[in-house]
Amino acid sequence: MAREQNGKIASLEEFQEKINRDEKIEPKDFMPEAYRKTLIRQIGQHAHSEVVGMLPEGNWITRAPTLRRKLSLLAKVQDEAGHGLYLYCAAETLGKSRMEMTQELLSGKAKYSSIFNYPTPTWADIGAIGWLVDGAAIMNQIPLCRCSYGPYARAMIRICKEESFHQRQGYEIMLTLAKGTKAQKEMAQRALNRWWWPSVMMFGPSDADSPNTENSVKWKIKRYTNDELRQKFVDAIVPQAEKIGLVVPDKDLKWDKKRNNGKGGYAYGEINWDEFWRVVKGNGPMNNERIAAKQKAWNEGSWVRAAADAHALKKQTALQAAE
Amino acid sequence: MKSKTADMVFEGLLRIADDNLILGHRTSEWCGHAPTLEEDLALPNIALDLIGHAQTLYCLACEIDTRYKNEDQLAFLRLEHEYKNLLLVEQENGDFGNTVLRLFYFSTFMKYFWRKVKIKCCFKKLKEFSEKAFLETSYHSKYASQWVVTLGDGTDESNVKMSDAIVNLEPFLGELFNNDDFTEMCSQNDFLPEPNSIFEGWKGEVDTILQKGNLDLPEITLKKRGGRKGEHSEAFGYLLSDLQYMQRAYPNSSW
Repeated sequence: MAREQNGKIASLEEFQEKINRDEKIEPKDFMPEAYRKTLIRQIGQHAHSEVVGMLPEGNWITRAPTLRRKLSLLAKVQDEAGHGLYLYCAAETLGKSRMEMTQELLSGKAKYSSIFNYPTPTWADIGAIGWLVDGAAIMNQIPLCRCSYGPYARAMIRICKEESFHQRQGYEIMLTLAKGTKAQKEMAQRALNRWWWPSVMMFGPSDADSPNTENSVKWKIKRYTNDELRQKFVDAIVPQAEKIGLVVPDKDLKWDKKRNNGKGGYAYGEINWDEFWRVVKGNGPMNNERIAAKQKAWNEGSWVRAAADAHALKKQTALQAAE
Repeated sequence: MKSKTADMVFEGLLRIADDNLILGHRTSEWCGHAPTLEEDLALPNIALDLIGHAQTLYCLACEIDTRYKNEDQLAFLRLEHEYKNLLLVEQENGDFGNTVLRLFYFSTFMKYFWRKVKIKCCFKKLKEFSEKAFLETSYHSKYASQWVVTLGDGTDESNVKMSDAIVNLEPFLGELFNNDDFTEMCSQNDFLPEPNSIFEGWKGEVDTILQKGNLDLPEITLKKRGGRKGEHSEAFGYLLSDLQYMQRAYPNSSW
């Protein structure tokens, strides 16, 4: 199959060869529709996750325990708004507007990472999110810096730098709590108990049940499978938990020397996929509240956006009249 | 530092720090709930600056009065009447228009305030800090002024909302420029400028911006005051219960 693009005949074979040579695909290059759709879906979901992710953490800004923690949390949540902006821009290069993507988020049509449908009842949840959720996000995102689609890969380089800073910050919050009073250590352990399994689920369904993986690997959007990334995450986090004296809530967790092609890794217990699908389908603890909060902000801001449009139009008209 | 001067510097720092902390707190409440993603980025960024200013000023205050061991003790562990912020900054946010108008009023005031401190201040560390504070509050004032013009000029609805915000905030403006015995002492000692010395510059700038947005500044009289003496509004108690929650629930802990 071939079609004309930018005066050249482009074909699927040429496209795949380009990817095989590790060359980047840029916005105006030929790309199969399925590649474009996959990326729009993935980048859009990623952007939505950044934006919705501001809510559970933003929830603790006014109650952060010290000025230093308050400032770090503000800076972190602001970074997430910035990531959302880059990512919407990257998705727009594929032909879908930010307005359309926003409408899909608000209507519940578009998905975002299910992890943000869990609540943050205590300060320790802020530590756990940084350590585990940002930790899992980095595992997913570092390979995306080499993703075949240029604008996405470039956005991810900056995002990963900031995310790894967030992860260290989160771990440091947990370390401080774990070294603190009995009440603080218990708060940290309860937060780890709450966030462990949802974080392990962040890598998505097992490879056998992941229909999108095959094409994404072929197109170098994805370089590792869900289960490979999950294994890397567990292997990285378990020793970190041990180091600060917290217990990973999995009784089946044990060292298995056969994992990772004989290099060894942690075997972990069975994931509760019923819970995973329940939350993905909208029935998690906070799905309704998160979307309701975004809808409320959007609706209450409509007069502001309308005023900004009207003011810009008046300025433009005045400028044209003056010319 | 002699004890009378030390008391003056401590109280002066506390007033400015409390204004910044409390407005920073209010501004941070917008995080994730703003009308656009750009504003979701800008408002926490401004809150970060304001709370950052408060942190620096509390640290300086702790150097003066060593009964306070660190900035957090000042920020989180005083009683309601010990906070000396203006009533203006503790009021609830209201809508986005009310929020940006208050930010415009306050940051424009602080821009002139820091400019005067830059020129003359007997407390060297504050004079040094004013360089950075002036630049940041100038930016806040510019950001907020753009929204005041946009919303004032935008649609009939937005103009009405901004006119309502002007009426809503007016009773709190008098306190911003109110001189008292303390501010007179600060001025006589070349420590801080008198608030009413800022009024003329402030009014000129605010009038210009409001006119661009087809809005008018009403005559400012001293209607509501008390913040500088620690007499606060009802809304402030709820703000403190959020702000102080962790320090009160888990006393003597490191975070």
